[in-house]
Parts: sequence; C-alpha cells; structure tokens
Amino acid sequence: MTDALLELRSITKRFPGVTALQSVSLAVNPGEVVALIGENGAGKSTLMKILGGVHQADEGSIHIAGRQVTIRSVADAIKLGIGFIHQELNVLDNLDVAANCFLGREPLWGWPLRLINRPRIYSESETYLRRLGLNVSPRTPLRELSLAQQQMVEIAKALSQNARLIIMDEPSSCLTVTETDRLLETIRDLRQQGVSIIYISHRLNEVQQCADRVVVLRDGQNAGSLARGEISHQSMIKMMVGRDLKDMYVHGSGAKRPDYFQVQGLRTRAHPRHEISFSLACGEILGFAGLVGAGRSEMAQAIFGVDAPLAGTIALDGKPLTIRCANDAIRAGIYLVPEDRRRAGLVTEMTVRENVTLPGLSRWAAFGLIRRREENEVAVRQVESLRVKTPSVEARVLNLSGGNQQKVVLAKWLALTPRVLVFDEPTRGIDVGAKAEIYRLMRDLAERGVAIIMISSEMEEVIGVSDRIAVMHEGAITGVLDRTEFSEERIMSLAVGKAPVA
Amino acid sequence: MKKELGIFVLLVVLCVVVSIKNPDFLQAVNLQNMARRIGMYGIYSIGLGVVIITSGIDLSVGSVFALQGIVMSIMLENWGWPWYLATPLIVVGVMALGWLHGVMVARVGMQPFIVTLCGLLIYRGVARFISGDRALGIGAGEYGVLKALAQAKPLGVPMPFVILIVVTAVMWVLLHRSVYGRYLFAVGKNEDAARFSGINTRRVIASAYVLCMALTAISGIIFVFDTGSIQGSNFGNFYELYGIAAAVLGGCSLRGGEGSVIGIVIGTALLQVLQNLVNLLGIDSSLNFAVMGTVIFVGVLADQILTQRRAAKQSVAH
Repeated sequence: MTDALLELRSITKRFPGVTALQSVSLAVNPGEVVALIGENGAGKSTLMKILGGVHQADEGSIHIAGRQVTIRSVADAIKLGIGFIHQELNVLDNLDVAANCFLGREPLWGWPLRLINRPRIYSESETYLRRLGLNVSPRTPLRELSLAQQQMVEIAKALSQNARLIIMDEPSSCLTVTETDRLLETIRDLRQQGVSIIYISHRLNEVQQCADRVVVLRDGQNAGSLARGEISHQSMIKMMVGRDLKDMYVHGSGAKRPDYFQVQGLRTRAHPRHEISFSLACGEILGFAGLVGAGRSEMAQAIFGVDAPLAGTIALDGKPLTIRCANDAIRAGIYLVPEDRRRAGLVTEMTVRENVTLPGLSRWAAFGLIRRREENEVAVRQVESLRVKTPSVEARVLNLSGGNQQKVVLAKWLALTPRVLVFDEPTRGIDVGAKAEIYRLMRDLAERGVAIIMISSEMEEVIGVSDRIAVMHEGAITGVLDRTEFSEERIMSLAVGKAPVA
Repeated sequence: MKKELGIFVLLVVLCVVVSIKNPDFLQAVNLQNMARRIGMYGIYSIGLGVVIITSGIDLSVGSVFALQGIVMSIMLENWGWPWYLATPLIVVGVMALGWLHGVMVARVGMQPFIVTLCGLLIYRGVARFISGDRALGIGAGEYGVLKALAQAKPLGVPMPFVILIVVTAVMWVLLHRSVYGRYLFAVGKNEDAARFSGINTRRVIASAYVLCMALTAISGIIFVFDTGSIQGSNFGNFYELYGIAAAVLGGCSLRGGEGSVIGIVIGTALLQVLQNLVNLLGIDSSLNFAVMGTVIFVGVLADQILTQRRAAKQSVAH
C-alpha cells in the first residue's frame, strides 16, 4: 500500500460525549474512484473535515504519497493537492468563470497596484474548461450557468490548483438525470487523467456506476469495503445498515373510492400552455416522476395554493374547491411537504413545538390567544407518535438531523386532518434508515384513507413506493403507468417526452 | 430571556453608580422626569420593535411626529376643531401612512429601508411647507384629556409612564401569547416557511407597519403636548433612531424574528438613564450621542461575542 496517493491510518476523533470516528482507515490509489458511503452520522463528514483541516484527528495519521502530513486548514489541503466539491456550491455568481477559478490566488502584475493578470486567468481557465469538456467562455458570469455547469467550474478550479485528489460530497444532489450522467462521465475522464476521486453519495445507483471500490462507514467505524465486482445495491445497503432492508418498501392493500381527489385542466405559471389532469383514489400513492424542471413542484405548489393556479378545477370527494392561497388548501385538508424543507418547510430557528403547531395555531387558541397547554400537548403527541429524535419539543429544529426535520414537517400536517398529502422529494438528503421510516409512514397514512401524491426524482423510490406513476415532461403529463407497467426504461422515455415503449 | 436579564442588570448597575455619584438622581423630580421620558419614548419604540421583528424597519417615525404635530396644531388652534374630533382623525391618518408603508413593502415588494426613508424625507418636507417653516404653538386652549395625557401625574406617576405600562402589557400579550404574535416571529424568521404553513404573510407584514404607526400616533400626541410648540424642521429629529437603538439594545435583531416587548422597554429606559447620567455627572452635554453610541456598541458587541461562544460550544458537542 506504499503507492497509495492518500492513506488515512486508524483515525480516531472524539467529541465531548461521542466518539465520531474509531480507528478508521481509508486508502486511495492514483486514478482510483473510491465511493464513501454510510448513513447520516456514520462519520463521513467528520472524516472529510479532518482531511480539510477543519478538525484534527486525536489518533492516527494522514499520509500523502507515502509521506506523513499534517493538515491544519483548507489551504494546507489544497497545497497537498486535495480539492473539495461540496454539496452546496462555493461559487460567487456575480463574478465570471475565470474570476471564480482563480479566486484568492489571482496572478498579479503592476506592483504596487496589485492588478489582476487578466489575460492569464482567462487563457488558463479556458484550458481547464476544455479539459472538462465544458463549452462555455471563461468570461461568462456564473449566474448565467446552470447548477451543473457551476459545479464543473468548481471542478475546473480544483484542477487549476493541481488537485490530484478531488473529494465530492453529494455532488449530484441538485442535478438532473442527464446532468448527473455528464458528471459521472467527467469522473471517468478525470480518472483516465490520473486524478483520484472520493465520491460521497446516498445515491447507490451512481456509486454503482462510477466507483472502483466502495468504502462503507457505520457508526464511526470501517464497516467494510467492496471491490468493483461486489458492488450492488443489496451488498451496499446491507453493509451500511448492518442488516438486510428487504422491507424498505411496503405495498398497500389497494385503493378505495377512485376519483377521490381530482385535478382537471390545471395550468401553472411555470408552464402556462400545458394542462394537467389526473385523479387519485383514497389510500393510493401516486408517484410523479420526471426530470428536474418538468413542472412537478410547480404543480404541487399550485394545488397547495402558494402559487395560485392560472386555471383548472380541483375537486375533493366530489366537491369542487377554490384554492387561491395556502390557507384555502389547508382548510380543505390538502397539505404539502415541500421540496426544500429548510427554506419552505420549517422555521428552523424556532422550536419543534412552534413549528408543529404553526399551520393550525388558531385551532388551539381562544380569542386569538394561544392555549399553551393544549399547544404543548399537540406537539408532544406528534413527536411521540412519529418518534422524532429530539431532546424535547422546546429544542430548536436546526439542531435536528435531516430525517428528524422531515418528520417535524410531517408532524405539522398530521396534527391537523390530512385528506390529501403532497410530498415533494420527501427523502432528499435523508439516510437509508430514516428513508425506510418515511416510506412506512406514507403507507400507513394511505392505509388510513389519505390520498398521497409523491414527487420524486429517485427512480428506485418512485418505483418502490408508488401504486401508480404519472410521468411529466415540460409541464404536461406524458403518461400514467400502473404497477404492472413499472420499469425504468418506460419512465425515462416518458420523462424525456418520447412515446412510451410497448 | 437571557438577553433581557443582561441588559436589565446593566440598567440597575448604571442606576446604582449614578445615584452614588450624585444622589440627586433619586430625587422625586428627577425620577418623575425620567419616567415621563421613558413613557414617551417607550411607546413608539415598541411599535418600531414590532416592525423590526418582521425583519423590516421604519425610518419615518421622527418625521411623522413633526407632520402630525403641525397638522394637529392647525386643526386645533387655527381651525378650532374640537379635540375629540381632531384626535381620532389624526390617529387614523397616521395609521393610514403605516398602511401605505405596509402595502409598498408587502405587496409591491419594495425594501422597507427605502420606503420609509422616502417617508422620512417627504413627511418632513410637507410638515415644514404647511407650517410655513415656522414654529407652531399648541396647548394654549382647553384640551382636557389630551393635555392630561402628557402632563397629569396620578399618584405622582407621570401619565406617559402609565400609558407605557398599559401599552407594554397589551403588546406583551399580543406578541408573546397570541396567534398573531407567533405569526410575526415566524414571518420575520422565514417568510417562505410561514407562507407554506398557510399564513397570510403579506397581511402580517403590512399590519406591523400599521401597528407601529398607531403607537407612533399615541407617542406623537404626548410629545406635542409635552413641548407645546412644534418646529417642522426639527421636531422629532432622530427619534426613529432612538427607537431602533432601544429595540436593538433590548434584543431585537435587524435580521428579524427576534426580540421582546420587555427588552425594548428596558432598552428605552437604559437610553434615558444614560441621558440623565450625562446631565447629572456633569459630562459635557455635547458628548451625549457619543455616550449613547458607545453603550449600544459595547452592549451589542458583548452579545455578539457571547452568542458566538455559545454557538462554538454547541458545534463542538455535535
């Protein structure tokens, strides 16, 4: 193992009260793509923070090309040839591509004026962009690029810093399917050029496609590693959770009362020329598949009234509804679990109790004054029945993990009387264990007679959870599939607007 | 709660120090005078605090005082309108200005700073113009209740202070115990999440500006009858800044979603004690602002450092 580019030897890191990492080892060879997977809290980010110099290991050592090194800051890491691509991009969208690439280490001339050597940054950026096959001018302002292109700029920046190892943390979390494919292609190209990659992702499909080796962490320890030939969903999940997850998806006992919830001719601001019509039975989970930007979230927000529909009728249990604002939908029992829970789902600085009772507050109030005991009881009941892991209902939501935050969003609605629940990407950024729990909750709700709409960009999830799948493309539904017709190919071809294959 | 306690301790320490250095501080006249000022400044500061909690700001308060004073003087003195007719009209008129600010901010989507900065300039200009840029008097006639609002002293307690206590109680219940109050904080912290929870965020935001102007109107009436003369060019100058300072000292964050009524009142009291301190300790009165600025700066700095330390401790625990 002396020829490894990077070697972490039995790293241990303790925080007050917890051992985050217990003698974890990891080696990456030149030109190798290593996927690092594990549930949230398994220690992936702590390990990466040690590599980035944010934390120092209590025990163990880091070796680069056989030489022991100490990393005290991100700058140290960069000097050692380690580049980072984070989940949330670190770009300045008011500057252009070249300025972003060279931010903080601009080549200078004209001392003492310290002017930026503009010709040089433009020509050098150009080379790196070409190496990545990104066809944009280095003079393009970042804000004119798509998220995927901005991410490429970050990779170009890492390359321009002579990175020999690039660490990608959930790089595909905000990319569309085609963009993700492009990213995986880029990773293959980089490997050819001898660049090593540590790929951290919850998306096992991508891991399977790009990794030469998978390293699994569980509870801060090495849970094992899988060589190229051994990588499969089953083997990865088994190693991550330490058991089989056969019962991840639960099927329902069948839909009752067809046409319980009906949407006719709905037109949204994003796609005003397309009409959406569908219907949903009591106790049914209707999946909405499609590419990012197909208009699914806009449809959800129109049904929920936060972005009032331009036209169309919505009927629940045979009665037509007028929905002009979210409050109209809430009164009818139609609730939305939004895509971006930290922006739209929760007031994260407020407590669990305040978040849970926010939409129905007037129900637990008299003459505009909150009945505090009742409010508290409602919150406690929801936290207990959903098994939200929180020290108390008075804890602030921002201190909870992603899965528990999502449960708090759900608790807001379960404290009321849900009749139709719309989930928009319900398990984004949530680890495998919590995912299974969310799926089970959705199924329980359906069994109790709630009609459920689930928008998801994860193919596995849509196929595993839904009773029927509607596929959208550019603001219109291109097909609805029954369980017997489910297949990735059918969904993909409908999602890109092609006629369904037989 | 911690923030209020911190600033309350500071207030008590200041009072003790001043009364040791100059026992005149504890004389009835001085205490009454201070209480009256705390009352006048506290009422509208609470209103400003409400706007700040929604992550807005209202810079027009001082100019509204001038415009309101000038119009009241004209109504009562020049036109001889009865006070019971003029007063409700004035209050409704001032609240209408707040409604205008609210609509511009919540519906049109303009920045609160800009909207109310324009208000500050426009109302001041109009006040000077309609008064002919001269000082107008008020209070020569018999205005019964109105005069009493500013000058009465039931059981030796100045009326403005009594009004402040009533306003504080009402606003405390509204902000910290009512559905509306919870909505205010939610909108201030995360407007999107509030909207996705079915809250009519526009109405909540607009109402904060109306509420602020309602309290401003009450303060304004007291100020007018306290001084008895209104000069359009300087009446109420900088008063919005005293209010903002009191709110910030009292724990409001300009980013919204934080603050408490009690904190704002203690903040106001602290500012007034500081003014008194400058007079009583014989500090050159031209240093007045500098002393005030220094105390606010140090207070907010200390709070910032404490918050960061707490956050650092928490992130280590994670």
